[in-house]
Amino acid sequence: MKETTRHIKRSIISSDIKRNKYIYLMVLAVVVWYVIFCYVPMYGTVIAFKKYSVGLGIFKSSWVGIDNFTAFFRDVNSWRIIKNTLLISIYDILWGFPAPIILALLLNEVKNKFFKRTVQTLTYLPYFISTVVVCGIIVDFTSSSGLINQLISSFGFEKTNLLSQSGLFRTIFISTNIWQSIGWNSIIYLAALSNIDPGLYEAAVMDGAGKWKQLIHVTLPGLTSTIMVLLILRMGSIMSIGFEKIILLYNPLTYETADVISSYVYRRGLLNADYSYSTAIGLFNSVINLLFLVGANWLSKKYTENSLW
Amino acid sequence: MVTRITISERVFNLVNIVFLSLLTLACIYPLLYVVFASLSDPGLLMQHEGLLLSPQGFTLKGYSLVLKNPNIGIGFYNTVFYVVVGTFISMILTCFGAYALSRRQVYFAKPILIVITITMFFSGGLIPFYLTVKGLGLYNSYWAVILPSAINTWNLIVMRTSFMELPASLEESARIDGANDFTILFRIIIPLSKAIIAVMVLFYAIGMWNSWFNAAIFLNDRKYYPIQLVLREILIQGDKGNMLQVMNGVSAQSESMYRQLVQYTTIVIATVPILFVYPFLQKYFVKGVIVGSLKG
Repeated sequence: MKETTRHIKRSIISSDIKRNKYIYLMVLAVVVWYVIFCYVPMYGTVIAFKKYSVGLGIFKSSWVGIDNFTAFFRDVNSWRIIKNTLLISIYDILWGFPAPIILALLLNEVKNKFFKRTVQTLTYLPYFISTVVVCGIIVDFTSSSGLINQLISSFGFEKTNLLSQSGLFRTIFISTNIWQSIGWNSIIYLAALSNIDPGLYEAAVMDGAGKWKQLIHVTLPGLTSTIMVLLILRMGSIMSIGFEKIILLYNPLTYETADVISSYVYRRGLLNADYSYSTAIGLFNSVINLLFLVGANWLSKKYTENSLW
Repeated sequence: MVTRITISERVFNLVNIVFLSLLTLACIYPLLYVVFASLSDPGLLMQHEGLLLSPQGFTLKGYSLVLKNPNIGIGFYNTVFYVVVGTFISMILTCFGAYALSRRQVYFAKPILIVITITMFFSGGLIPFYLTVKGLGLYNSYWAVILPSAINTWNLIVMRTSFMELPASLEESARIDGANDFTILFRIIIPLSKAIIAVMVLFYAIGMWNSWFNAAIFLNDRKYYPIQLVLREILIQGDKGNMLQVMNGVSAQSESMYRQLVQYTTIVIATVPILFVYPFLQKYFVKGVIVGSLKG
């Protein structure tokens, strides 16, 4: 009985594939791409448990169990890169997460359409500038003869290359992140704000609520679900700082505060060709990230009924 | 309802507008500074301290130096190639995926969608990715820049959501007339989704224009270098070889002066194409983000 239903099902599928062969060809192209460029690398993480040798390849290299992971915890740099990753992320969330929300709230109060559009257009702009150019501008502005030094030297500060000071790296990194993304990230909040029923504001005004009370009782509740979903996503990437900007801006003088997990993986893996070891670090990083994401989602589901899945 | 504007509201509005104006200025001033500096006379620029409100003197020397640099020329040419071919391939694959996964008649659409979504949250990481691409024999070829980043999962899901909103009745009559899925996709679905297609083309094109990392790890032959890699050498690494080529015909004393000018000018030249398409399509961008975030 079971055998026949399975048989029937299979023949339905095969006749369906024949009838709609083009659509299955489209799916096939996409699936092949995902297998090659996403799932083969995922399988490739097995070299974290091997001693990868270029000559032998992924399959034939010998297994070493969790040696690469234990080596990571004995690595003199491991604590430093974990700490830097977390600190940069946490400060970035602390300063960078509320910034676009505040911008959206302020823009929402602007009555003049033209002014609002102009502000929006111009603040979105830095988002589209390439990382290399942004870092090039940062390097130039922070150099000892650069604009920032020219400005602060008039207040009596000594001119120095700001990017070679480990104490300033996080500030430079995070403030330029905000500069680049504040406008763009405010789009989502502005959309959510425009979806709030104007009747709610009218009712609040009837009840004698001022601007501040309207903000607390109408606007913020209307934004909660958007904020929560974005916060969950952000929490899920707390351990993954994009290394592009880091590796363009850091130098051995600032490794103390600037070197993060991903930049270390890049250096050890691609510059020193320690493939297995750096894959192990990357895998450790991805797993922790996933745990953060699941955890944040669980918390959000429990307390705010917002969740990604 | 009579709107009463209290004094405190008036003050708030004024402060708000001043604050937003300053913020906007802060967002674009770094770019303005670079543009002014690129047009300035390098000698006057060196003496100048503080903010620039207009070019110091005026010269196009930086631009003529940069445009004569063969590396910039090759980089530009390669980037245009990457953008055109890469965006085309990306769009084809993304449209295929979005269309196929938005149709009800496809078996396995659900599991495939899950498989695709997983990649947004978990990846093999940098090193296995690098080894995979290298293992495919793509190392040091145009394909190494184009193929590995061909599909952006977020874009695919946004596009699928947008395709799903089109009424099914539109394609039914075409199907009865014997149209196949390619015809339906290219003749019916895509023409009806111009806004989202425009957004995606621009996302992919700008992404490709700005990308440098895959090129940096997969290319070692200069003839494949995109403009961003040349920029990295000039701006970040302060590469001598590249600089000297740019510096042809400039006396040794003024070299350091011109070096800075060349840096500003290369920034402008590499960014202008983006600024050029940006205002026209800004409204579509916003639409795309909103479709993606609220319904995706």
